[in-house]
Amino acid sequence: MNSEQKNKDNIKMLTRLSVVALLMFGFGFAMVPFYERLCQVTGIADLLQPNAPATNTQVDKSRWVTLELDSNMHGMPWDFKPMQNSIKVHPGELTQLSFSVKNNGKLAMVGQAIPSYGPKQAAPYFHKLECFCFKQQALAPGEYREMPVQLVIDPNLPKSVNTVTLSYTFFEVKGANLTKAGKPG
Amino acid sequence: MSTVTHDHPHDLSHDQDHDHHDHKPTGIMRWVGSTNHKDIGTMYLWFSFTMFLVGGAMAMVIRAELFQPGLQIVTPEFFNSMTTYHGLIMVFGAIMPAFVGFANWLIPMQVGAPDMAFPRMNNLSFWLLPPAAFLLIAAQFAPGGGAGVGWTMYAPLTTQAGPAMDLTIFAVHILGISSIMGSINIITTILNMRAPGMDLMKMPLFCWTWLITAYLLVASMPVLAGAVTMTLTDRHFGTNFFNAAGGGDPVLYQHVFWFFGHPEVYIIAIPAFGVISQVIPAFSRKPLFGYASMVYATASIAILSFLVWGHHMYTAGMPVETQLYFMYATTLIAIPTGVKVFNWVATMWQGSLTFETPMLFSLGFLFLFSLGGFTGLVLSVVPVDVQLQDTYYVVAHFHYVMVAGALFSAFAGIYFWLPKWTGKMYDETLGKWHFWLSLIFFNITFFVQHFLGLAGMPRRIPDYALQFAEFNKISSLGAFGFGLSQLLFLYVVVKCIRSGEKALDRQWDGADSLEWTHLPSPAPYHSFTTPPKL
Repeated sequence: MNSEQKNKDNIKMLTRLSVVALLMFGFGFAMVPFYERLCQVTGIADLLQPNAPATNTQVDKSRWVTLELDSNMHGMPWDFKPMQNSIKVHPGELTQLSFSVKNNGKLAMVGQAIPSYGPKQAAPYFHKLECFCFKQQALAPGEYREMPVQLVIDPNLPKSVNTVTLSYTFFEVKGANLTKAGKPG
Repeated sequence: MSTVTHDHPHDLSHDQDHDHHDHKPTGIMRWVGSTNHKDIGTMYLWFSFTMFLVGGAMAMVIRAELFQPGLQIVTPEFFNSMTTYHGLIMVFGAIMPAFVGFANWLIPMQVGAPDMAFPRMNNLSFWLLPPAAFLLIAAQFAPGGGAGVGWTMYAPLTTQAGPAMDLTIFAVHILGISSIMGSINIITTILNMRAPGMDLMKMPLFCWTWLITAYLLVASMPVLAGAVTMTLTDRHFGTNFFNAAGGGDPVLYQHVFWFFGHPEVYIIAIPAFGVISQVIPAFSRKPLFGYASMVYATASIAILSFLVWGHHMYTAGMPVETQLYFMYATTLIAIPTGVKVFNWVATMWQGSLTFETPMLFSLGFLFLFSLGGFTGLVLSVVPVDVQLQDTYYVVAHFHYVMVAGALFSAFAGIYFWLPKWTGKMYDETLGKWHFWLSLIFFNITFFVQHFLGLAGMPRRIPDYALQFAEFNKISSLGAFGFGLSQLLFLYVVVKCIRSGEKALDRQWDGADSLEWTHLPSPAPYHSFTTPPKL
């Protein structure tokens, strides 16, 4: 083999190997779509879709519980009632309720709502996260207010209990400081 | 090999009469413009030794900070930068160029070629290295200091790091181009430039291991270049390869990196196997046991190395089936590696052993590399790795295969071929001192790190809990001793070049490759301008 032929062979080899190197450079980038596809197929992570919203795995979807609402006044000229009388909820589900209250009297008054639960053995399974009963409510004459309650009924609620009642009674807080008592919100 | 080289009872220097009128430029231009494989090999070796000292100095900083718990000497940022650049410089600046230096010096002589296939490209491959090294060192002085991202350069750290990261990425690009050109040169030399009669299966095993390594480099280095290019475009050009907020995935970086990174491990180890496969038969005065099985084992290691990258990422999040696949594939590598280790042992079996410095380093390699291999097997097991991931157990493991493996074999090779390269003998007593000091201090440094890792000490952290204090103190003392021992090595080499005794043409009577049997010592500037008769 003469040296010119050898040089030609060498250049041929150089070209081939350079092509391999270039292809492998491309392969690095080809791993990007390949990786995305692989992740989609295997469900490891769907890179292009936003994550599903966070779900609460504690919710017992297999079960409905009827939540009845009740309201009473104890010697106050207030008009106090739930916005809905009863709703159906899943245990574990975050539920938002509203009560409305209006002061029909001629004086500003401060009231405090006291909750009670029925049946009695259901009481420990009520978890209130937010409630107007957490503080005193002051209403000017004629003032109207909607008040929220956020609650979760514990999924461990005994299976035998299918209907629960949440009842509030407003009591007047006599001699309360009107300015200190709760304002809307 | 014994089938290739018969005893040639002739005067070697007479055989090379036509080489005596060596024309070479003098002064600095000899080196800057050199296309001679021996000059370039020498430059590679000195460059890698310089980088070895730089990377070693960084290791000393690391061990000094870890000498006792608490933060004493350097800031955590600087510590991170040290671990990062210690790794990068040792892997890309010291070990790889050292073996490319061996390849340049030896492959043309061992296959009976006058020079490398592309001498000018060879020059370019080398001269790309100093600028890359400059960039890596300059990165320390960039605003915000060196990029403390780890040598693996994981996103998203790298996409958020300071300007030092750009210098580092550019350095990796340059180093990659240099290695790819070097590999193309080596493959072409081995496949096209062999002397008539030098069949592939008659080549010295060192040439085989480099042929396989060069293929690994051509196939894997561009992938690393791709990974750092993606990092660069993520940083500056608005792409989102690794940016989760833009639909990318940082874990993707790990996949791309380790697709390169695992072959890289064997790019470092396989030429070391080649050196050992030359040294052990020479000092056992027996041909290498199982030559063909050595070739096939090396090739299978190379192929498997592309299929096991996931074992670096067990804890990055992958399905258990994938973990099982990577675990089994990784464990499989123990088989060809075991073949090699047993072949080396069988080569020594009933040989007329002598224990000069190269042989001592080879035996040190054999013992400690096997230990490193065993801890590798331990780490390949998923449930164990989940515990040990990113602990000092991993640090100990890869230093056993990188330092006691690759570095010891490079020392073995340098002591082995120094007589051929310089025509002079090194001081055998000092060489043995270098070996024993290195061996002892190496183990003091790294053996205790297994215990630290098992006890849960994380890597790449400048501070640690008090219960790790004793072992860290021992490890640091060992590291200082190991570092100082390498200055002895420099002294041995310089002394050999300056005032060594004249070496024989075939200094080691058991060495049977062409550079020993057909060329005088020192090897003439131009060798095999006409192919040797085999």
